[in-house]
Amino acid sequence: MAALIRRPRPRAISLVGLGFVFLIGVWLLVNLLKDPERFFTVFLIGLTTGLVYALVALGYTLVYGILQLINFAHGDVFAFTGLLASTMILTVFDLTEQDSAGVIILGLLGTLVVVVAFGATLNSLIERVAYHRLLKAPRLALLITAVGMSFIVQNVALAIYDVNFRRVPELIPRSDVFSIGGVHYQWNKLSVVLITIPVLLLLTWLVRSTRQGKGMRATAQDPDAAAMVGIDVNRTISFTFALAGGLAGVGGLLFLLQFNIRYDSGFELGLIAFTAAVLGGIGNLSGAVLGAVVIGLIQAFNEGLAWATPGSDWTRSIIFGVLIAILVFRPQGILGEQVADRA
Amino acid sequence: MSEGTSTERPTRARHPSGGTFDFISGPWQRLPARVREWAPLAIVLAVAVLYPYIVGDLKSFATIGDFFPELDAAVYILVFTMMALGLNIVVGYSGLLDLGYVAFYAAGAYTAGWLASGQFQDVSFHFGSVGIQRDTQGIHVSVWLVLLIAGSFTAIVGILIGLPTLRLRGDYLAIVTLGFGEIIPQVVRNGDSFGGFNVTNGTFGINPIDSPGFGTTLNDAVGLPVNFQQSFDKFRLFYWGILVLLLITVFCSWRLRDSRLGRAWIAIREDETAAAAMGVPLMRTKTWAYAIGAFFGGVAGAYYASFKSGAFPSDFYFNISVFLLCMVILGGMGSIWGVLAGGIILSWLNIQGLAVIGDKFNDAAGTNFEIAKYQFGIYGTIIVLMMLFRPTGLIPERRHKRELEEGVHDETFFDVSH
Repeated sequence: MAALIRRPRPRAISLVGLGFVFLIGVWLLVNLLKDPERFFTVFLIGLTTGLVYALVALGYTLVYGILQLINFAHGDVFAFTGLLASTMILTVFDLTEQDSAGVIILGLLGTLVVVVAFGATLNSLIERVAYHRLLKAPRLALLITAVGMSFIVQNVALAIYDVNFRRVPELIPRSDVFSIGGVHYQWNKLSVVLITIPVLLLLTWLVRSTRQGKGMRATAQDPDAAAMVGIDVNRTISFTFALAGGLAGVGGLLFLLQFNIRYDSGFELGLIAFTAAVLGGIGNLSGAVLGAVVIGLIQAFNEGLAWATPGSDWTRSIIFGVLIAILVFRPQGILGEQVADRA
Repeated sequence: MSEGTSTERPTRARHPSGGTFDFISGPWQRLPARVREWAPLAIVLAVAVLYPYIVGDLKSFATIGDFFPELDAAVYILVFTMMALGLNIVVGYSGLLDLGYVAFYAAGAYTAGWLASGQFQDVSFHFGSVGIQRDTQGIHVSVWLVLLIAGSFTAIVGILIGLPTLRLRGDYLAIVTLGFGEIIPQVVRNGDSFGGFNVTNGTFGINPIDSPGFGTTLNDAVGLPVNFQQSFDKFRLFYWGILVLLLITVFCSWRLRDSRLGRAWIAIREDETAAAAMGVPLMRTKTWAYAIGAFFGGVAGAYYASFKSGAFPSDFYFNISVFLLCMVILGGMGSIWGVLAGGIILSWLNIQGLAVIGDKFNDAAGTNFEIAKYQFGIYGTIIVLMMLFRPTGLIPERRHKRELEEGVHDETFFDVSH
């Protein structure tokens, strides 16, 4: 992968970019001063949504780091796991709001294990079936195949779950954890943080400290050299896909608990998550989390703030606008691309 | 032109890069070379031109009759095939993956909506419009002219999208075009009050849009139809209209490919670094690919809007982009005959084929399976299978064959460094 040639950009362009950032800052400040309560409530919503996006964004960034492939099917794997989670909760465990806390927690943990296993299996299966033969082919072929796989996964989900939105009862109460001066934070939001943070720590440990994680990083830097020092590159690739799928599974369950989901929800969410990965610097794990939180905040601010906001009609345009702006002004993302020096 | 599937194959030998007729022997071989070269094309063309006259008879056949498209479906098929040819310039010739081609379709359709309808009630501007009362409010420019304007406007949109994005690596380019393909429909959907000014009429879309035609003067002089939409032969006229546009597109694709610009595109696709070293200006060449590819999408979009007499935001969604990409891949990236075949097959499947096949299957098996519901799953499967087993497409382009089948470019092929 050739690094982006970092030509000295014309000053005008960076000034325009800085101008944008400055205007956004002013806009946020005015909103904060006008209605601080609302600002912080929206901020917490954005933070929580951002963490769910982070789980999906990490899947993109992991796979991109290894194969330089935008795995379009990833968003659909995420939606599929969410749908499976709805089956587990509604049919297999048959959880309702009336169940005791212990039953709900056990049921949700059971669901979590199942969907993580399912996401991991599905994602590495996709790699085996569709991408594996094309690893030596031009990247265009791989990318097009990923687009095709996205539709296949989506339609399998459609065949099983039909077109209806699925939602689950409010298993985690929406009562307040804390309420400071009119800023409320509910248990169902906190639960997202409580699940996401350990998962992220686990992932960091896995990538930083385990043998397999070191293998992943080596493969991302140079697959040929990695193979030469005895790393099983194929297994590492499978493992990466499984890891990404597992994270998507966690994300799918958390998303289902907050919102509703259907067979094609993964398309838009996948794009949002990918934008987050690019925003943070694709291939960079902490970047993906940071980018996802920023995107979550952008979405929440856009939909929730009162002063001069375009509103939810424009969310998609704004997120893609951010993506395009990032690619134009700072293609390496906020934290930079870690694998960029692979020539 | 739905018979394309069966007739496309012989025409393959007409490919200027020179195939052979080794699979046809006997009397055919004894015909003069010139006849052999042009006969398949002439037959395809004759059938295509005469299709409106024979469609009635074709459809009266038992069983297989159902598979022939009606004329309105044929218009749809040709419109989308024309867009696929436009996309082929971007993806097939230049190797730039564009996942937002639907934006160009939308731009073309809405240009027609702005310049040939009553959308802007505050003004009254007529220029060569047909079948419109002189005192009707709105902008009414002749649709023929609108087609050109729509193409040019869309080409400008293509350039605007291209300028910031073409410097990016190939996969980033794909995602950014996808982003534009999502933004433009949303802008269109929300565009009913930009500062209080109704630009796109929001979710209701713009309709009615004027119809093409030749006006009363030409009608009196040589009998050309006054107005397609109000004509008794409406579908025939629209069919011939799009057939002419498609032929122009094919001609341009063919001439462009062998032009200096076309060779530069293919050079960039094959090896960007080498092309740059040989003096091909990368940005300019790629921007031209975008502009010209967009041009045909815009013209096709405007024509289709005029045919449907409306432009609606619900028509423009991501799946259309993938659908068009699928046509190019199925047929063979960079191959004109391939994309024609791929476009005709897939748009036929989409408008009619899947439904008919589903009905036949359900009648025969006594099931109730909605095959059309899974259309995009089917297209996705086609994409994956083609990529895995025949990446060069049904009718491969000769130059592309080498690169995709032998993998002569492992990575550099699609890396963009500028």
